[in-house]
Amino acid sequence: MAYEFTKEDLKQIEEIKSRYPAVMPATLPVLWVAQNRFGHVNPDVQKLVAETLGLPQAHVHGVAEFYTQYYKEEKGKHVLDVCTCLSCQLCGGYDILHYLEEKLGIKKGETTQDGMFTLNEVECLGACGYAPMLQVTNDQYVNHLTKEKVDKLVDSLKNGEKPQYEKIGMPQHENI
Amino acid sequence: MSTVDWKNYEPVLIPDIKDLNKIDVYIKQGGYKAFESVLKDKNKWSGPKSVVNEVKEANIRGRGGAGFNAGLKWSFMPPVDGGPRYLACNGDESEPGTFKDRKIFEYNPHVFIEGALIAAYAMEITTIYVYIRGEYRAYIQMMEKAISDSYEKGFIGKNILGTDFSVDFYVHSGAGAYICGEETSMLESLEGKRGYPRVKPPFPAQKGLWGRPTTINNIETLAHVPAVINRGAVWFKNIGAENHPGPILYGISGHVNKPGVYELPTGVPVLDLIYDVAGGMRNGKKLKAVIPGGSSTPVLRADQLDGITMDSDSLRTVGSMLGTAGMVVMDEDTDMVDVLWRIAHFYHHESCGQCTPCREGTGWLEKILLKIKNGEGEVRDLDLLLDITTQMEGRTICALADAAAWPVRFTINRFRDEFEARCKKSVYALA
Ligand SMILES: Cc1cc2nc3c(=O)[nH]c(=O)nc-3n(C[C@H](O)[C@H](O)[C@H](O)COP(=O)(O)O)c2cc1C
Ligand code: SF4
Ligand code: FES
Repeated sequence: MAYEFTKEDLKQIEEIKSRYPAVMPATLPVLWVAQNRFGHVNPDVQKLVAETLGLPQAHVHGVAEFYTQYYKEEKGKHVLDVCTCLSCQLCGGYDILHYLEEKLGIKKGETTQDGMFTLNEVECLGACGYAPMLQVTNDQYVNHLTKEKVDKLVDSLKNGEKPQYEKIGMPQHENI
Repeated sequence: MSTVDWKNYEPVLIPDIKDLNKIDVYIKQGGYKAFESVLKDKNKWSGPKSVVNEVKEANIRGRGGAGFNAGLKWSFMPPVDGGPRYLACNGDESEPGTFKDRKIFEYNPHVFIEGALIAAYAMEITTIYVYIRGEYRAYIQMMEKAISDSYEKGFIGKNILGTDFSVDFYVHSGAGAYICGEETSMLESLEGKRGYPRVKPPFPAQKGLWGRPTTINNIETLAHVPAVINRGAVWFKNIGAENHPGPILYGISGHVNKPGVYELPTGVPVLDLIYDVAGGMRNGKKLKAVIPGGSSTPVLRADQLDGITMDSDSLRTVGSMLGTAGMVVMDEDTDMVDVLWRIAHFYHHESCGQCTPCREGTGWLEKILLKIKNGEGEVRDLDLLLDITTQMEGRTICALADAAAWPVRFTINRFRDEFEARCKKSVYALA
């Protein structure tokens, strides 16, 4: 499949380039533009990014490989990144991971046959006080997970509803 | 020892004001006045150096983990030579147990922006980047909006408020790599490369972004600056612990009833934070252990905590550190072997692999701990683990290797019985 940036993408890429005194710094943000457009940055997309920026393919490839959030191959429609790191481990992160493995019939790192879900175990996502938690496809966090909340999330994703931003205030405050 | 009156403390960094994230509300509350003052109030400020001095005097100790005096760091920037100079704001926030900077992004982004602008003025910086971990997509969007609102009001851009000071301000998103929180790794990542930490010296103040003078500060560190400018260094120094003063965001997670981020003075007793602030232990369980400031800071047993307060001096007396003030609380049912193995797994996963002691050492730590966790370890493995930590510390390009070694050494030392009980009896143990 041939990958191409849209006109708007190219405009955005020009704007990104203007933030830096050189072209190379645009590598990470443009990989993001590409992933948002195509859903992944496989070798063909990496090639497109390299050509668009006029940078060596090896450079773009090396960067894409280094950062875990770039999908180097196609993933399921929804990627569930379950945190099992320190605070989440203490609060049942592994129970949530294992529950999802059972529910989806896959092991961590795998994608369901229908291509709906990819399940991953990830490191601390900076939501330690709201454990256990997961992130959906590099976007919203779903916090304070229980089995019931996981069931609901999976159902709503299947129905095409994306989770909403969960606002969590400061417990010492009343207004926020 | 504790003289800190935290019960009557009124938050200033993230006060309880609805919609403070909106620029109009922030301005109405006196926001951007500090920045305006340093730019224009010639009676109060005699130029950029006077601002550096005031911040130095306040002793805002870096909230990113290392606790270095922010103003002192600013004073390391070399004299202006006409070329670009940079401020790189560290919003990578990836140390397990740490989740505080996101509260600033969400609830008071302009106090951080204003602090960064004052820092830029004080160091005569031309461009500011705020590096935010890629997982914080929601906060990245909030920050982009806040920065563009600030541009619109004329606080960012060319000839700010009619003065000859100009500065640009951009968000740079990470993409999933803990190591990019290490300051020189962050610079590499900003330059569009893999996040391999740089050998120091040269230090970033000499050769930072694109070889130019650069200062790196944590988000919360910068967010403290406007209040220091408005109320003065003496006011700041009188809050909290003597040698580690000021308001601070504590992130409390683990087995407490009310986990979350709390703004209080430094130097609050650890036990007060657990039992009064965070609502005590979940399910009435007994406290077993506390990691005071992110996963790399040495764990403390419950019996070590009497009279210990959250500041570097007090924590040092029991062999730990304040780190990021992200406190992880563990109850009596916690399996310390499991916890330590998971911490070791984290550092192994996040090692960038440049240095042999770190790349190999973190791998060995994880592997041996897994063996012990599975009941297949021997007591002599514990000494092997301790031996590996000595071979890792202080021998690498960045401090990730130390961050991986400390928890292993101190958790084993402080919970030795528990680790031995998990090991098979070895020849040494029987002897
Ligand atoms: C492995 C490693 C990870 C780090 N991660 C972070 C981080 O996520 N956020 C942060 O502000 N500082 C982090 N630091 C500390 C930075 O290197 C640096 O000291 C800090 O950003 C300086 O800002 P401050 O002086 O205002 O604290 C990390 C350091 C190391 C060694
Ligand atoms: S200490 Fe570890 S993380 Fe730091 S540069 Fe060396 S290998 Fe990379
Ligand atoms: S440990 Fe899971 S979000 Fe920090």
